[in-house]
Amino acid sequence: MNLLDLSQASPQARAASPAQVQLDHQGRLRHFLDIEGLPRSILTEILDTADHFRGIGDAEVKKVPLLRGRTVANLFFENSTRTRATFELAAKRLSADVLNLDINTSSAAKGESLMDTLVNLEAMQADAFVVRHGDSGAAHFIASQITPNVAIINAGDGRHAHPTQAMLDMLTIRRHKGEFANLRVAIVGDILHSRVARSQILALNTLGAAEVRVVAPQTLLPVGIETLGCRVFTELEAGLKDVDVVIMLRLQKERMDGALLPSESEYYRRYGLTRESLAHAHPEAVVMHPGPINRGVEIESAVADGPRSLILDQVTNGIAVRMAVLSMAVSGQMKARAERRDERTRGAGA
Amino acid sequence: MKHSLINARVIDPSSGRDGQHDLHLEGGRLVAIGAAPLGFVAEQQQDLTGKWITPAFVDLGAHLRDPGPRYKGSLVSESAAALAGGYATILPRPDTSPVLDSASHVRTLLDRARDVAGVRLAPLGALTQGLEGDLLANMAALKSAGCVALTNLRKPVRDLGVLRRCLEYAHTFDITVVFQAQEATLAGHGCAHEGAIASRLGLAGIPESAETIALTQWLLLIEQTGVRAHVSLLSSARAVALIRDAKARGLDITADVSMAQLHWTDEQLEGFNANFHLEPPLRSAKDRDALRAGVADGTIDAIVSDHLPHEAAAKCAPFAVSEPGMTSLETMLPLGLALVNAGMLSMPRLIESLTFSARRFGLEGGRLQEGECCDLAIIDPQCCWTVGSDTLLSAGHNTPLLGMTLTGRVHQVLLGNAVYA
Repeated sequence: MNLLDLSQASPQARAASPAQVQLDHQGRLRHFLDIEGLPRSILTEILDTADHFRGIGDAEVKKVPLLRGRTVANLFFENSTRTRATFELAAKRLSADVLNLDINTSSAAKGESLMDTLVNLEAMQADAFVVRHGDSGAAHFIASQITPNVAIINAGDGRHAHPTQAMLDMLTIRRHKGEFANLRVAIVGDILHSRVARSQILALNTLGAAEVRVVAPQTLLPVGIETLGCRVFTELEAGLKDVDVVIMLRLQKERMDGALLPSESEYYRRYGLTRESLAHAHPEAVVMHPGPINRGVEIESAVADGPRSLILDQVTNGIAVRMAVLSMAVSGQMKARAERRDERTRGAGA
Repeated sequence: MKHSLINARVIDPSSGRDGQHDLHLEGGRLVAIGAAPLGFVAEQQQDLTGKWITPAFVDLGAHLRDPGPRYKGSLVSESAAALAGGYATILPRPDTSPVLDSASHVRTLLDRARDVAGVRLAPLGALTQGLEGDLLANMAALKSAGCVALTNLRKPVRDLGVLRRCLEYAHTFDITVVFQAQEATLAGHGCAHEGAIASRLGLAGIPESAETIALTQWLLLIEQTGVRAHVSLLSSARAVALIRDAKARGLDITADVSMAQLHWTDEQLEGFNANFHLEPPLRSAKDRDALRAGVADGTIDAIVSDHLPHEAAAKCAPFAVSEPGMTSLETMLPLGLALVNAGMLSMPRLIESLTFSARRFGLEGGRLQEGECCDLAIIDPQCCWTVGSDTLLSAGHNTPLLGMTLTGRVHQVLLGNAVYA
């Protein structure tokens, strides 16, 4: 029982929920920080918009003018070549100007605080920040601190969330399996450290998947993960039984040093996705992986390159989803800004 | 000067007194409770109808930040905050800069406190040199210089052989040892209670076993060495049970909990509110309820502030890299009253828990006794006030209560001849 009603506290002492931060008062997307707090309608809108944008990649001129004159800043406090490249390409296909900043090796290394960095970047008048950060909650923190005119897109924060990766996976699943209602999905690997897995579980549940499973040894399972809405398996064969989608996660080599696993070879024997282990899944099950893959550690080459693998499809879909999210969030900000301007004008007139 | 305080509800757990009594003071001493002594003519009479008088509070373990990062707080600012919260004495922790591991550092602090602070200091000294956990501190010298107990805080003494020697040496010189139980190798780089909420937020967890395993080791060594011990900042239900068992076995052990742990749980971490980044972390509702029950039945002897003021920038960061701690001296009373009003504690038990450290550490105060120096707090239980930058005297405003209206406030503190309002 809480004895004090903290909702009375001042905004600076309170933390806003993901829904409060991400959506404006009309339910439009202002920021894209986390799957949590977003309704199914927004996720579906992202998927529908991404489906539409997917065709642009096949066109002769791979550009639309939706964000012409707008600036998207990629703020990567943590390295990620692939994610940054797809965000850059997505912004450019929307005709935005793109600023890439690898903050890990510049200002932060000189001791500049995160807030100082943000204030300076804000002064450059970007319309969207794509943020990758090693600390959970960093994107949420940035969204709560900066001017409401900048859309924040989370490109991965600590172990917390990687919502665009989850949405590109959802797009990939939907394009191959149709609706989610009858799907059983298994996520296999390092759930403990995976921001992708957390976002995938939430997205699959929001979109109405029949069953979400996580499969890992206990050392790679976060305590209470089942409360996110998934069944927990510690044996691969049982976890894969009759599933329609298998999502493999990348295994970082330092997990061996951290005494979480004894060796790569034992991990591969128990949790590696091979043709034999895949046979436990539904005969038409598809295989996904956020990449880059460790062949012979979490997945067999024959599976990664096989006919049921959607790994390259995921990359293509990644650009379309990021275009969708950028365009929705920036246009949401623009509409909100216009409304604030109108309100001020009306106020001045009155 | 002769001074009478009349018509107040007087609550003094040490004597079992709880009722309307008049207090009569002369020269900073309490000369009578009830009727005035023969020939006593008050030069000043204060009618305290509707107010309560209790012994001024004594807090184990507030961080003063001085010497050290004074931009977070200084002797002046935090002393003022302590007095505003109803405290006569605080037992500051040794993790200052320099660490309180030498008699000269302790004397310097106490000398400065006499010059600038109104509140009395009874510092905790370091158990090991530099709090590094390797070499015994000069314990006897620290005691002579004014330290009332020794602690290594949450910093590990990795070698259990060294720890055993620390306790034996402390026992030799009859010094109380204060523990904060946390096994560093299990806590790792965690910043939140290991559970479903930390998992969903992607925050590294600190398991309950980090507390209970360390506590179990300490208890076995306390039993073996016979040292007088106090366990500070309990956070889990199982730790409460361990203390209950240890007391039942006859160990000379006492314990405390922070006020924050009695009010909140890890659910407050939703939205990454860095104001709730604390050490030890806020745990589950089951743990909080066990801690409340532990205070109510006396297993947990004291409620402490765990006051740790910060500048705004320390909390203006993603949760895990924000600095842990909360400013709390000034909000202890209204939060305690909230527990009383909810029927979780009696008012005398609350006051007993806020003054317990005086008795445990052999300090003056903590009770209303005829003939003794008068340290008392006058409380306005109905006063509603808003926690804000303009009302807090601590340099740190790092509290989730900012902007909230609380009920109950310390109206005045009398320390001997000095009156703080």
